[in-house]
Amino acid sequence: MIEIKDLHKSYKMGSNSLHVLKGINFSVKEGELVAIMGSSGSGKSTLLNILGMLDGYDSGTYHLDGVLIKDLNETKAANYRNKFLGFIFQSFNLINYKSAWENVALPLYYQRVGRKERKERAIHHLKTVGLEPWAEHLPSELSGGQKQRVAIARAMAAEPKVLLADEPTGALDSVTSHEVMALIQRINDEGRTILVVTHEEDIAHMCKRIVHLKDGVIVSDSVVEQHRLEANV
Amino acid sequence: MFNRDRWQEIFDTIKKNKLRTFLSGFTVTLGILIFTVLFGMGNGLKNAFMEFFMDDATNTFFIFGGRTTEPYRGFKQGRRIQLHNDDVEDIKKDFAFYLDYITPRINRRNLVKYQGESNTYSLRGVGPAHRLNEKTIMMKGRYINESDLEKSAKTAVIGRLVERDLFGKDGDAIGAYIDIGGIAYKVVGVFQDDGGDNEERYIYMPYTTMQLVEKGNDEIDNIIIGYDLAIGYQGAMAFERSLSKYLKDKHNVAPDDRSGIFIRNLADIVQQNMMFANVIQLVVLLVGIGTLIAGVIGISNIMVFVVKERTKELGVRKALGATPWSVIGLVLQESVFITAIAGYIGLFVGVLILRSIGDSLKDYFIVNPSVGVGTLVGATVILIFFGALAGYIPARRAARIKPIVALRDE
Repeated sequence: MIEIKDLHKSYKMGSNSLHVLKGINFSVKEGELVAIMGSSGSGKSTLLNILGMLDGYDSGTYHLDGVLIKDLNETKAANYRNKFLGFIFQSFNLINYKSAWENVALPLYYQRVGRKERKERAIHHLKTVGLEPWAEHLPSELSGGQKQRVAIARAMAAEPKVLLADEPTGALDSVTSHEVMALIQRINDEGRTILVVTHEEDIAHMCKRIVHLKDGVIVSDSVVEQHRLEANV
Repeated sequence: MFNRDRWQEIFDTIKKNKLRTFLSGFTVTLGILIFTVLFGMGNGLKNAFMEFFMDDATNTFFIFGGRTTEPYRGFKQGRRIQLHNDDVEDIKKDFAFYLDYITPRINRRNLVKYQGESNTYSLRGVGPAHRLNEKTIMMKGRYINESDLEKSAKTAVIGRLVERDLFGKDGDAIGAYIDIGGIAYKVVGVFQDDGGDNEERYIYMPYTTMQLVEKGNDEIDNIIIGYDLAIGYQGAMAFERSLSKYLKDKHNVAPDDRSGIFIRNLADIVQQNMMFANVIQLVVLLVGIGTLIAGVIGISNIMVFVVKERTKELGVRKALGATPWSVIGLVLQESVFITAIAGYIGLFVGVLILRSIGDSLKDYFIVNPSVGVGTLVGATVILIFFGALAGYIPARRAARIKPIVALRDE
């Protein structure tokens, strides 16, 4: 699903250049649930941004589902993002003046799906995260955990190949974190490929594989025994 | 760009951000309102000027004899120049090409009596052509004619108010004899004039009669000339110059003596006044456009702020697959939409205000202030254009938002 070979990325800071990713080799197969770990400055966010086509890279190759992702113009990147990727953010990033279902339907809007079908599909995805009764509520009327579940439903809405989650539990307490991770596990069980960036060991161990990043290189990449959570949503 | 979903999206945004929409729209409404009212007032001013000058013909010269201010050809200065009948004849002969009509005029005031009523009125000894010059409208009877002139007939044409003064409200003056300075004149016509009450208190009589009564001289006070409109403004100016030279030469007045013979060119005066009105309108227009631009800058500022406020939202949209153009379109279309609606409210209120003003400011030289359809269409185009302009710069900035920057947690 994801093929990365010898990926380099550096940021120019005035006259200095900061070498952030120093040759990453990394691949993810379909249906995997991978945790990317590392302390701040390890390059994990940069890697996620490149994976998410939110940022470019200097050298190496990145294939997503067999398509080379390199030097895309903005429009093309937007289309690929829409088609291939679903994003889950630490701070949810729901649009605050849109109701839950409208937020979920947004990726479909950019796929030019008709309004009626958008709503149907959005409600369906809300149902899978257990929030159908809250479909007409604004984000401000939802709890943190509910917001993140709406965000997950939104990431799922366009039926993407890969879900990218950036510290999905970073803003949540442990109980809610476990609920969200249980949901992620369930989605993964259905065959979806998911990458989770986190710095929390216990969250990482809820995934099937952990990749450690340090100073721009992968220091370890191991399959772990998944800590299963009881789904109660 | 014009699909229903986009509009839905914009309506949603507007509906859920009412204060923001109101603020950005308000400046435009105010700008357009001020623009409309000012422009309408400018038009009203112009209308007032038109009305003021249009009751008299404007293709007119008035020739006055004055007092010389410098010696010339052996004559000393301070000599009074008197116009005579032969001046009229000479002009008629030598400037036939330019002339539409010509008439002498003698101005007097005298006591006029009819039965028990009496009053002092301005009398004008004139020729038939004088009617063209004053745009006199005959209500009853006829004006002074050539046969009156030849016979030095004791006929009089009186103003509407003279008739009312002397004959009462329902009286009929036609055929009656009125006493002017002790001599009986037959009233042959009653006239009205758009120039106001004063103009309707004149009494016209043949200038030959007036000369006969005053010891049979041939002196006249002014000569009034209507020139052929076909010669145009430039032609009129040239005619004025050569006429001035001709008369000064004839009366031995120095060519550069301005007060010996004086020609008042009504066209020139009207032209100058219209120019004045146009300049005022131009100033008004500039002020209006300034206000409009201020409004547009206002909306542009607010759109910049809006884009900043929505940075995160637009970043999310981009992460979810919004293309740069769809972001530009979203911001731009919202801006144009708000500008157009807000502008139209301003335009509408402005037109209402102008309507309600109507002619109530006539005393301040503003008559029927209004804006034409052309101006309205122009304003619409300008609105949409400026709305797009106001939105474009922020929109382009919005499109350049990098999702990672937008989504970075503070």
